[in-house]
Amino acid sequence: MTLTLAEVEHIAQLARLKLTPAEKELYRAQLSAILEYAARLQKLDTSGIPPTASVLPPRSVLREDEPRPGLPVKDVLQNASQTEENQFRVPPVLE
Amino acid sequence: MTDLHLLTASEALEALNLGKISSMELTRACLKQIDALEPGLHTFITRTTEQALSQALAADSMRAAARQSGTPVPPLLGLPLAVKDILALSGVRCTCGSKILEHFVPPYTATSVQRLLDAGVVVLGKTNTDEYAMGSSTENSAYGRTYNPWDIMRVPGGSSGGSAAAVAARMTPVALGTDTGGSVRQPASFCGVTGIKPTYGRVSRYGLVAYGSSLDSVGAFGRTAQDVALLFSIMAGQDPLDATSMDVPVPQIQLNGDASLKGLRVGVPREYFIPGMQPEVERGVKLAVQQLAALGASVREVHLPHTEYALPVYYLIAPAEASANLARYDGIRFGERKDADAMWEVFYNTRGAGFGPEVKRRIMLGTYALSAGYYDAYYGQAQKVRTLIKRDFEKAFESVDMIATPVAPTTAFKAGEHSNDPLAMYLEDVFTLPCNLAGVPGLAFPVGFDKGGMPVGMQLMGPHFREDILFRAAHAYQQITDWHKRVPEIAR
Repeated sequence: MTLTLAEVEHIAQLARLKLTPAEKELYRAQLSAILEYAARLQKLDTSGIPPTASVLPPRSVLREDEPRPGLPVKDVLQNASQTEENQFRVPPVLE
Repeated sequence: MTDLHLLTASEALEALNLGKISSMELTRACLKQIDALEPGLHTFITRTTEQALSQALAADSMRAAARQSGTPVPPLLGLPLAVKDILALSGVRCTCGSKILEHFVPPYTATSVQRLLDAGVVVLGKTNTDEYAMGSSTENSAYGRTYNPWDIMRVPGGSSGGSAAAVAARMTPVALGTDTGGSVRQPASFCGVTGIKPTYGRVSRYGLVAYGSSLDSVGAFGRTAQDVALLFSIMAGQDPLDATSMDVPVPQIQLNGDASLKGLRVGVPREYFIPGMQPEVERGVKLAVQQLAALGASVREVHLPHTEYALPVYYLIAPAEASANLARYDGIRFGERKDADAMWEVFYNTRGAGFGPEVKRRIMLGTYALSAGYYDAYYGQAQKVRTLIKRDFEKAFESVDMIATPVAPTTAFKAGEHSNDPLAMYLEDVFTLPCNLAGVPGLAFPVGFDKGGMPVGMQLMGPHFREDILFRAAHAYQQITDWHKRVPEIAR
């Protein structure tokens, strides 16, 4: 299992990670080795075996749909790097 | 009384309740020990000294008032505690060991922490961790590594290495950790302290910054099983703020002087004694099993045939969940932002600059395992093999009450030893990962030392929601041994 540089760049793009050329090469080699190791799972016959997403029994947890106070706006915005008029400030998304 | 920082939590609470010591004296003794050792060990990311002193003062006045009126006090009133810096404590910055959250101050408190605060604890500070709990050595912290109090050339384990080292160094009697693949048990083992990873769903995850949501558990460290059981029984129980917390009664864990383990069936899986493991670890654990037998337990072999697949399963599932959980760090609502003219550039730059190498590696790995064309072969297959691992445990627990294994193949390794080989680092988790994948509880505690003076740990695993059996066995063991009483030279 050897990843190509193009594959690494594709994954980084999906993950929204800006990587340096050195990082790309490092992760290409390291992820290849890890995936190579993980390939041993392929030899197990899992036909008829259901996947486990959670160890808990499947169930719904519901509560009454009653209005409750949320965090004050000031608290919600306190960790944002840029705010304006009680809102998060971001660069233009649509031109 | 002198050397109050050497007291266990149970001893300290007894002295507090008898009026022999005050919380202020106890807290100051811990702070003094931290002042003395912290420059060398680096166990904390953020200290909350002023807050601790005011909590101690308040605890002492509450106790005085209760004595006057004859009313009971909360069970942990005035007891110092350190909290891993991945659990939210309102008003105190929570970095998760990451540069991206360097200035993040949570506006709310984790349920596990809140329950302990309600029980009266004094918070000494937030402890060091691998970035987002991703690591086995606490070397992946953006704030520098933590040093093992038994040998500063060695790692304390991880990811809750700061908490484990602080408890071992007698800076605090107890501390909180979290465990997604061994992050409480392995540092407990490397530092010679006792640590619990509860059953998945036992302790609320509300306010625990998410890494692998189907695996994450909040756990605790202490120097005795009794102390860890005390914290566990207060943190455990359903929480309306975490839909995965289960409505299962929390047993009162009564640990008395009676050390008999008569009737207890202990299973030893041969898959956990592998070629290449440190002989002293194998010997130490096998000897400890014999001691459990001497206490009345019956020992038999069990089989966990899919153990060897736990590592690849974990390192596909946990990164996959992490890649989704960590998508929230985009620099907009919280965290450090790297600005740019276009929105997408803000995301790339912020995440590229804010995350460290291990976090990036796992996000990349998880993104790949979930991506179109590879989902079935990697993530899907891993989830199916997870079922087989879970079934191994269900089958084993038909014939035994608990399973005894080593915590890790070796004692604490040297800092930098695995820095350039992530796979070698991941192999350190080989004995702790199955427990998280199956969701069962695991307890680690010291059962000896190697010839280099490093602690050897044993892991006990039990059926879902049977932490009480593990505490009982470890407590009995600690009645007839003194490994857990040894103090690192640096902390004496």
